[in-house]
Amino acid sequence: MVQIDISTLFFAAIFTNNILLTNFLGLCPFLSISREVRSSLGLGIAVIFVMTCTAAINYLVYYHVLLPLNLEHFRYIVFIIIIASFVQLVEMTVERYFPALYYVLGIFLPLITVNCAILGASLFLIIRKYSFWQAVAYGAGSGIGWMIAIIAVGAIREKLQKSASLPRGLEGPGITLLITGLIALAFMAFSGMIQIQ
Amino acid sequence: MPKPPSNIQIFKDGLWKDNPVLRQILGICSTLAVTNLLANTMVMNAGLIFTLSMSSLTVSLLRNVTPVRIRMMVQTLIIASYVIVVDIVIKAHLPDISEALGPYVGLIITNCIIMGRCEAFARHNPPWPSFLDGIAVSLGYAFVLTLIALFREPLGFGTLFGYQIMPDGFTPWTIMIMAPGAFFMLGLFVWVVRYYFPETVEEKK
Repeated sequence: MVQIDISTLFFAAIFTNNILLTNFLGLCPFLSISREVRSSLGLGIAVIFVMTCTAAINYLVYYHVLLPLNLEHFRYIVFIIIIASFVQLVEMTVERYFPALYYVLGIFLPLITVNCAILGASLFLIIRKYSFWQAVAYGAGSGIGWMIAIIAVGAIREKLQKSASLPRGLEGPGITLLITGLIALAFMAFSGMIQIQ
Repeated sequence: MPKPPSNIQIFKDGLWKDNPVLRQILGICSTLAVTNLLANTMVMNAGLIFTLSMSSLTVSLLRNVTPVRIRMMVQTLIIASYVIVVDIVIKAHLPDISEALGPYVGLIITNCIIMGRCEAFARHNPPWPSFLDGIAVSLGYAFVLTLIALFREPLGFGTLFGYQIMPDGFTPWTIMIMAPGAFFMLGLFVWVVRYYFPETVEEKK
């Protein structure tokens, strides 16, 4: 078990070890959704929620079910099933009880199942041997970090669409990757503040 | 059902016209994460080629008995089982690289290329073309990864496969092995390819 303060870990997951900008996770939905701030925000909130909860659930399942049974190798299958069913559950609950929220988040929820950041966060917390509360802090922090990154890029792309004319071939994914690179560069300024693995 | 394309066509499409990374911008998480060392890249390529071709084959074999509504779940489970095989093999034979790749082997499961090919191709086609399609597409992926690693490793470490290739006075560009370098590299690649070969991009939209 690593000795890191929970709040330290939380901020490290947002800034120095941003899951999108340093671990490259969750890029596929990131590239397609980050066209505007509104949808980025919607997806971001959904990711924070799902990531925090699945980090907690996966932690408990791994240490209390899989390890005692010596089934560690099945963690990929188990984790992906947990994530998929959790997303399904959230979708049904939100649709039933919070129709207004469903209207905002609805289309993003199915996308989350295939967001590798969610599975990645769960795998990282196993590899880095976090304790339960560290795992929850890491999940929440990573989700928030992911949202910050997608909103930043979404805002820049929104402006770009209105004003700039881009060279041929650079529209779409090309320019998004370059912007993301610049933001990753900016986030590197945080590194050194807090050290986690 | 449309006639399945010829085998040569499948390879052409997979390698270039529908190249998953450059054309469809799929599966780039792992593209960026493992390309700072050529050796890691090669292991990742092998893992993906195995997983994609075998899952395509399996999905295709089961295509007539899989209920449409739960097909995503079935596909995910098929993919996950092959990824577990890959993970165990890499852990057993290449423990160092397994350590370096960390969770990215497991993340082959959520690599959108595999899901995409199962959905788009293997679900409607007989086993043999699906298997070939899996190999072709994953070779297309491997091709781009190798190319990017060929730039990142020499510039970032001054080495290739761990051997020094740059002259002694060369200062490594540390940025190339860190995250921003990966984003810039792939961004430039996509730009160059789309600049010189724009036609297929348009018909996708």
